[in-house]
Amino acid sequence: MLLGPSLALSAVLFAIGVAGVLIRRNAIVLFMCIELMLNAVNLTFIALAQVHGMSGQIMVFFVMTVAAAEAAVGLAIILAIFRHAQTVDLTQLNLLKG
Amino acid sequence: MDVVAVVFGVFAVWAVVSALICVTRRSPISSAMWLVSTMFALAGIYVLLNAEFIAAIQVLVYAGAVMVLFLFVIMLLNVDAEIGPMRRSYGWVVGIGAALVLGAQLLTMRGYTLQRLADEVSTMPLGVDPTLVFPEGAAARAATASRGVVGSIAEPLFQAYLIPFEITSVLLLAAAIGAVVLAKKRL
Repeated sequence: MLLGPSLALSAVLFAIGVAGVLIRRNAIVLFMCIELMLNAVNLTFIALAQVHGMSGQIMVFFVMTVAAAEAAVGLAIILAIFRHAQTVDLTQLNLLKG
Repeated sequence: MDVVAVVFGVFAVWAVVSALICVTRRSPISSAMWLVSTMFALAGIYVLLNAEFIAAIQVLVYAGAVMVLFLFVIMLLNVDAEIGPMRRSYGWVVGIGAALVLGAQLLTMRGYTLQRLADEVSTMPLGVDPTLVFPEGAAARAATASRGVVGSIAEPLFQAYLIPFEITSVLLLAAAIGAVVLAKKRL
């Protein structure tokens, strides 16, 4: 069953993803950390799908689809920002900063 | 200790180490490759958790398609490795502090077993048979045994979850059009 260990692993991966989002300043790496967090949540869904039936696995299917759409649109936005500012460094994208 | 727990441990250590390296690399390319490694480890864990179809999708869609998209954009932008500090000095403190607090909170779930979960969600006395509290889990195992891995996930996907499934296809179309429009030379 491995319910507890899976939930613990998911917690560790999610925390690493959060740390990455807060620490890194490269927008693309930030996106990868978000993907890492999505993967951690998927692991929780899969672990609990053993208990609650197939709905959990179907949710993971939907999460993956939305993540793929999010990655496509997000990377296109990063591309547009890069054309405008010539950087993906988030500390230099401070046009709206007062 | 049975062999499944040992294999789980190997995949878990693999996933955590890859994720840590992914977050700490300066070069975006190596970050992406280590993230692929994490996703492969997670696919292995999905197999151990009786989700073989999702494991295959994980490798094909996540480690394959999504990460290729990431690598393509990194290549297109020609992003160099970061020089200097990865973030302002307090970014490290905030990041690691928040991760530790959140991780500690979430880690309280590590003690969960099927029995404890059943005891907590049911009103019946402690020590209740988990299959009585969660009949769906046993039903899903029976469906997998009779119809196979793909059949048991396809049936609810195309019956109970048909509308969400169709909405997802509209979402993907919108995302594809949106990405093309956003990435055009002149916005």
